[in-house]
Amino acid sequence: MRRTVPLLITGIVGVVFVVSYFIPHKPFSNLNDWFSDWFSIVAACAIVLGSLNLILISSQKVARRKEDWGYAVVIIVCFLITVIAGIAGGRGYQNTGTAFEWLYRYLYVSLSSTMYAILAFYVASASYRAFRARNIEATMLLVAAFLVMLGRVPIGDVITQFLPEGARISDFQQWIMDFPQTAGQRAIMIGIALGLTSTSLRVILGIERSHLGGGD
Amino acid sequence: MSRRTIEIALVVVGLALCTLAYLGKKNVQGWHSGFEFSPTTSQIVIGLIGLSLVWILVRTLQDKAVGRRTVFLYVGIAIALPLFMSIDQDIVISENTRHVYESLGELPPGSKVLVSFDYDPASSPELQPMAEAFLAECFRRDLKVIMVALWAPGAIQANIALDTVRARLGLDTTELVYGEDYCNLGYQAGREFVIQRMGTSFEAMFGTDVRGTPYRQIPLVRNVRNFSDINYAFNISAGFPGTVEWVQVAVSRFGLKLGAGNTAVQAPQVYPYLRAGQLQGLLAGINGAAEFEKLIGLKAVATTYMLAQTFAHLIVIAFIIIGNIAYFRGERETKLRGRTQ
Amino acid sequence: MDHLGLWLAGLLTLGIYSFLYRDNPWYKVSEAIFVGVSAGYWVVYEYWQNFVGKFWDQKGDQPWLWIGAALGLMMLMRLIPKIGWISRWPLSFIIGATSGLWLMLYLTTNCIAQVEATIFPLFGADFDASAIAIFSNFVLVAGTICGVVYFFFSKAHTGAFGATARVGIWTIMITFGAMFALTIMNRMSLLIGRTSFIFGEWLGLLR
Repeated sequence: MRRTVPLLITGIVGVVFVVSYFIPHKPFSNLNDWFSDWFSIVAACAIVLGSLNLILISSQKVARRKEDWGYAVVIIVCFLITVIAGIAGGRGYQNTGTAFEWLYRYLYVSLSSTMYAILAFYVASASYRAFRARNIEATMLLVAAFLVMLGRVPIGDVITQFLPEGARISDFQQWIMDFPQTAGQRAIMIGIALGLTSTSLRVILGIERSHLGGGD
Repeated sequence: MSRRTIEIALVVVGLALCTLAYLGKKNVQGWHSGFEFSPTTSQIVIGLIGLSLVWILVRTLQDKAVGRRTVFLYVGIAIALPLFMSIDQDIVISENTRHVYESLGELPPGSKVLVSFDYDPASSPELQPMAEAFLAECFRRDLKVIMVALWAPGAIQANIALDTVRARLGLDTTELVYGEDYCNLGYQAGREFVIQRMGTSFEAMFGTDVRGTPYRQIPLVRNVRNFSDINYAFNISAGFPGTVEWVQVAVSRFGLKLGAGNTAVQAPQVYPYLRAGQLQGLLAGINGAAEFEKLIGLKAVATTYMLAQTFAHLIVIAFIIIGNIAYFRGERETKLRGRTQ
Repeated sequence: MDHLGLWLAGLLTLGIYSFLYRDNPWYKVSEAIFVGVSAGYWVVYEYWQNFVGKFWDQKGDQPWLWIGAALGLMMLMRLIPKIGWISRWPLSFIIGATSGLWLMLYLTTNCIAQVEATIFPLFGADFDASAIAIFSNFVLVAGTICGVVYFFFSKAHTGAFGATARVGIWTIMITFGAMFALTIMNRMSLLIGRTSFIFGEWLGLLR
C-alpha cells in the first residue's frame, strides 16, 4: 500500500505520457490531458505545502522562543497580511491599485530584485580574487569571456573601429556565441538528454525508487 | 578605520539618502527634473574611475590586497555614476534580435501573438524593458496580444509592462481595449504540463483571465482553441520553466513559431535551438533589449542602462587583469626565490 | 500610499544592501519580510488561479478534476506526520508524469533534433560556402562531436582519443567563458536596475 501503489502510479502515468507520443489518439490523448490537469493542481498544492510548512516551522520557532524568533514573527505577520490582502481582493486581486498589487510592487519587487542584485558585488570581488589564467584551459576561458564581455557592449566596437566591418569585437563575440559556444552547449545538451532519458526509464520501470524514501 | 567609524559612516550615508528622498518628494525647486553630468564632468568622473583602478593595481602589486568591502564600494559607485551621464553609444544590432523584429513584421495586422511572461521581479531589470519594447511594437503593428505566465509573478509583470506601454504610447482604454486588443490569462502552475495542455485546449488550462472573466466571455480568445490559432509566440524567460520548455513542447510537438527574450545568463543555453531552427530569434539580456529598442526607434530603459553596463564590463575585466598581473608576478618571484635557494 | 510604498521599497533595498557590510538586524528584518510576503504571495496565487480558476470554476465541465483535487489534498497530508505517507501517492504521480514527459521531450528536442542539426553539408549545399563559413561549420561539428566524446567515454584519455577529448575540453572551456561573460552581464544588469531605482524613483535624482 505504501510502496506498491506509488510504484504503480509512477509506472502507469509515465508509460501513458510516453505512449501518447506514439499514439496521440483516444484513450491516450484523453489521459494525457487529464494527467496534465491533475499535475497542475498537484503542483499548486505542492507550492502551498511549501509555504504552509514555512509558517509551521516559524510558528514552532516562536512558540519555543528559539534564537531569532523575532524574525519568525515578522515572517508570520507578513505572510498573514499578504494572504488577507490577496483573498480579500477578490478575483481582481492583482489588478493595478489593489492592496495585493501594492504589496507586490513595493515590497516583493524591491526585495526580490535586490536579493539577486547583490550577487553582482560578489561576482566582481571573485573575479578580482580568484579568476586566474593558471593553464591553457583557464586562459581559453578567460579570453572567450573577455571577447564576449567586450563584444556585447558598444565600447568593444569603439576600441576596434580601425578594423573593417565584420572583423570587429562584436563580430568575434557573435562568432564565438554561434559556433564554439553552440557546439559546447550542444554537447552538454545531448549529454543531459541521454542522462535524463535513462534516468526517466529507470524511474518508470521502478528500478530507481529513491523518491519513495524509507519505510513500508 | 575602526568598525565603529565605518558603521557611523554607513548610518550617516543612509540618513543622507533619506533626507535627499524627503527633499525630492517635497520637490524643492524642480528637484524632480533630476540632473545630469555635463560632458566635461563626465570625462572627469571617467578619469577618476580609471585612476582609482590604477590605485587598486598599485596596491595589489605592493602585496596589499584590496579588501572585499572596498571592492564592493568601488563597484557600487562606478556603476551608479554612469547613470548620471549622457553619452551616445552606437548599439550594434545582432541577427538574432533582427529575426524577432522581422517575425513581427511578417505578421498581418490582427494576427494573434501569444506572450508568455516567465520571470519574476529578480530578473525584471533585464526582462521588463524587453517586454515593454515587444508589447509596444505589437500594438504599433495592430497585433492582438494574449498574455500568459508560467511563473506566478509573470502575470503582474505583464500588467506593469502594459501600464508603462500605455503611458509611453499615450493610449487610453478606448484606443487599446482589454479583451479585444489584448488580454492577460494570468498564471497557472504545472510548468511544461501547462504548455502541454494548451496544445489541446487553452480554455481547459486557463478557465478565467486575471480579472476573473470566464474564458469564453473574452472576445479575443473566444475562438482560440489551441496553438494552431496562434500566429506567433514570444517567451520572455528567466529560467525554468521557460524557453527550453516552450521549445520542447510548443515548438517540437505542436509546431508553434516561437521567438524568445532571455536573461543573459540563460541565453547561451538556447543557442543550439537557434542553430537548429527551433527558435525564431532571440533577445539576449539587456543589450538584446537595447537592440530591439533601437530597431523600433524607441530610446527607453534598456538604452539608458547600456552605458552603466559598459562600465560594469570594463571594471570586471580590469579586476581580472589586475588579479592576474599580481598572480603572475607572485609566480615569477616564487620561481626566482626557488633558483636562488 | 505610493509615497509610503516608495519609502518602504527604498529602505528595504538599503536593508538588503547592508548585508554587504555584514549580517545585521536591518538585513534580517528585510529578509524576513521578503520570506513572509513571498510565502503569502504563492498561497494567494495558487488559491485564486489554481483552486478557484482551474478547479472550482471548471469542475462541472471537467469532472476528472476531482481526482486532481484529491491528489492535491493528499499532498497536503504531509503536514500531518501520522498520515504523511499518503503524500507519496501524489508525489509518485508527479515523478511519473515528469519522467514520462521528460523522457520524450529531451530525447526528441534536445538529443535527436540537435544531432540532426549537427549533420549538414560543411561546404554548403552546392560547394558554395565561403572559407570562413566552412571553418565555422567545422568548428561547430567537430566541437560538438569532441564535446560529446569528452563527456561520454570513460576510457583513459590517451592517443587519438585523448586528442579528441582535449579538443572537447577546449570547446567546453570556450562555452564556459561565454557563459561566465553573460553571467557577469546578467548580474550587473540587475544591480544597475536597483541602483537606478534608488537614484531615480526613490531619490528623484536621475533625469
